[in-house]
Amino acid sequence: MNLLRIAIVLALSPPLLAAEAPYPSTYQVPASAPVLIRDATVLIGDGTRMEAADVLLRDGRISAVAVDLEVPADARVVEGKGKVLTPGLIDVHSHLGVYAAPGMMSHQDGNEMTAPTTPNVWAEHSLNPNDPGFDAARAGGVTSMQILPGSANLIGGRGITVKNVPATTYQAMKFPGAPYGLKMACGENPKRVYGTKGAAPMTNMGNVAGYRKAFLDAQDYVRAQDEFTRKLIAWEKGDKDERGERPTPPKTDLALDTLAGVLRGEILVHNHCYRADEMATMLDLASEFGFRITAFHHGVEAYKIADLLAAKGTCAALWADWWGFKMEALDGIQENLAFVDAAKDSCAIVHSDSPEGIQRLNQEAAKAMTHGKRAGLDIPPERAIRWLTANPAKAIGIADQVGTIAVGKQADVVLWNGNPFSVYAKAEQVWIDGALRFDRFDRNSWHQADVMLGMRKEVTP
Amino acid sequence: MIRRLITCFAALALCATATAETVLIRNARVHTADVAGTLEASDVLVRDGLIAAVGKALVAADARVLEANGRALTPGLFGGLTALGLEEVSAEIGSVDHAYTPGIVLPAQPLSMRPEFDVAHAYNPASMVIPVQVVEGVTFTMLAPSSMPGGSLVGGLGGLATLDGSSIDLLPGSRTLFVALGSGAAPLTGNSRAAQFMLLDQAIRETRGALFEGDRLLTMAGRETMAKFLGGGRVLFYVDRAVDIRRTLAFAKKHGMKPVIAGGVEAWQVAAELAAAKVPVLLDPLVNLPGNFDQFGATLENAARLHKAGVRIAFTMSGDSSHMARKLRQAAGNAVANGLPWDAGLAAISANPATIFGASDRGRIAVGLRADLVLWSGDPLEVDSLADQVWIGGEAQPMTSRQTLLRDRYAPKR
Repeated sequence: MNLLRIAIVLALSPPLLAAEAPYPSTYQVPASAPVLIRDATVLIGDGTRMEAADVLLRDGRISAVAVDLEVPADARVVEGKGKVLTPGLIDVHSHLGVYAAPGMMSHQDGNEMTAPTTPNVWAEHSLNPNDPGFDAARAGGVTSMQILPGSANLIGGRGITVKNVPATTYQAMKFPGAPYGLKMACGENPKRVYGTKGAAPMTNMGNVAGYRKAFLDAQDYVRAQDEFTRKLIAWEKGDKDERGERPTPPKTDLALDTLAGVLRGEILVHNHCYRADEMATMLDLASEFGFRITAFHHGVEAYKIADLLAAKGTCAALWADWWGFKMEALDGIQENLAFVDAAKDSCAIVHSDSPEGIQRLNQEAAKAMTHGKRAGLDIPPERAIRWLTANPAKAIGIADQVGTIAVGKQADVVLWNGNPFSVYAKAEQVWIDGALRFDRFDRNSWHQADVMLGMRKEVTP
Repeated sequence: MIRRLITCFAALALCATATAETVLIRNARVHTADVAGTLEASDVLVRDGLIAAVGKALVAADARVLEANGRALTPGLFGGLTALGLEEVSAEIGSVDHAYTPGIVLPAQPLSMRPEFDVAHAYNPASMVIPVQVVEGVTFTMLAPSSMPGGSLVGGLGGLATLDGSSIDLLPGSRTLFVALGSGAAPLTGNSRAAQFMLLDQAIRETRGALFEGDRLLTMAGRETMAKFLGGGRVLFYVDRAVDIRRTLAFAKKHGMKPVIAGGVEAWQVAAELAAAKVPVLLDPLVNLPGNFDQFGATLENAARLHKAGVRIAFTMSGDSSHMARKLRQAAGNAVANGLPWDAGLAAISANPATIFGASDRGRIAVGLRADLVLWSGDPLEVDSLADQVWIGGEAQPMTSRQTLLRDRYAPKR
């Protein structure tokens, strides 16, 4: 991120970018006593593992990782023998809160299906923290997630990254300092939603025309802003008596402001795209306008262009086995993750897009490992765990904070009852910023969303 | 020979299996899904499409011997309530045949029911979706007519299909009438679930002859179909809310129907009544969040609690159950992780659905039953195992699908 540029923009383009960013995070790291998790198998998240290792969480951070750590006097000790410690799982693609349970009409808040290009909308403004799906995901070891708008639109709006903590407002979940994502969508959804109404886009070529129009406008917008900045600086430097009227800033536009953020590399592009040929087209689109596609999401055919994706540094966020529900999902195979992972410098990610799937990202990864193995790719757990931790952290832009068990990082960790890549695996304890947020052994401590209250005791699940 | 020919004409399926080879599967961990439980280091002899013997140190001079080396052998698995062979691509209406929905293309129709709508007439045994499931151990499924917008709460007739790629007919004893109740189906009945019982009651009156001009729900064929189910016929009700399940039990009893509950998200709350009435439940063990106000009692322990109460359970996927039929064993594994005994987890995707839908010829490993078998690389309910070989009616199935072909075409070069 170009801090100088941000500073100038912040200073010069009121009111949207005035002062601090609007809708700021109010997330607070709760005070917690130090915890020493002892003698666990630790999947670090960087491709390595440690046996019988100790991990110390202190003041919300990972403060030590080693074999035979001395037990600090003030630390609570958690026995990890026979268990596996992993970084907290991260889902790069969730709709929790924007399609909150129960799935009633009024909870359909994820798709602004009023125009095919809506970069002006922000998923956080739809995010209802009172969704029991967050609690279920936490019990599955998920500590952070990116919540995206849906895929009805070519450009669906900004996503938001949250810490998976119980909260009454989304601001209290908002991941401090995480960059914004922009949801874009290829293929069948936009052309179906609008084409069936007789509106554009109706075809794949209509889709691409839609993206190009939007980014051409964004280029003009950036040019106008840069021109204003140049004039303003000249005006500020100019001779007091001769410099005339202060230059007027161009009109601020919510939609173009988001796309400008993409062109400036401050907002990361998350692109729903299934087919290999369409992904290649989108990579060319990105080249045409000089931005990067951070990750393709769903990428059912990513395995057909694994080398291209790796060469472009674009991640592929994938399901283990979804397929066949529409034409663009017809060529889904269960080796997709393993094949994408096999390319040099790859970035394979297991994503959910589902309140069920997010509860068992570990099992989704396990299926991909199993199919990879049958296809001749032996993927050890310490490598596969990256699909659920470091790689999504990279795609979201928070890899400097979370995603691996490394000293100094935020203490988001999960202790599993054994090999996490098993149908019988259970997250026993989940820490977020060093605070124990889920404890399987203390049923009374499980957070229950407000919406779940009110049932008679004998019928409470 | 003549007799065999007659058999062939009478039942195409049997004819196909008669050509199957004789195989001795040796030294397997045989999960029978039957009273015998799990038999360690045991052999299974397959002859003429049937299981000819189960035991230790079996000998058969004419058999091809397959060494299992201790791997797990299970009955062929159930795919759940699906549209396998009834749809290729869910979103493409031109490839979908599982629902009768005249209301979508015709002008608004007066409420009508077509219980005689029979998905058997649309079943395509050569669907490319089927081999994708078969290579993962799925050998039979319940073809389920759907109640969709533009259709009716009475979806029509379903039945068990054998996924061997050639059998066209559904299993005769498995025919089941499908009815959708609760909030999901309420838009089909004037937006109230009360109207569901009102309309079913009217259909039953019409079937019994109380017919008046102007209020006709059923055609003559529809009345004939309904009549078959009023005298002990199997009727599957999609219903989730506990109190709706209670009402369904009372309704079925009153009209002489043999009910099966499907969905059953809150079934655990009425487990004792279901057990007492000997009514089975098909459920998705992964459902633990309320999709609507019929499902606030959703829990991962639904299967375990029902089983403990003595209810016969079987599993089915919610959502895209056809393409995801292969995921059913993972769902069973999760039920086991949440308190269901392992044997009960296997039975819920093999023996139980066969029993529930009247197929006494499959779902278990026992002498005389169809040789629908799966040899696994590991624990069949685990996500780290895969099917090594699948047999249907004693015939080793090709372990290929369009997905394995795509895999082989695009495998990274090493």
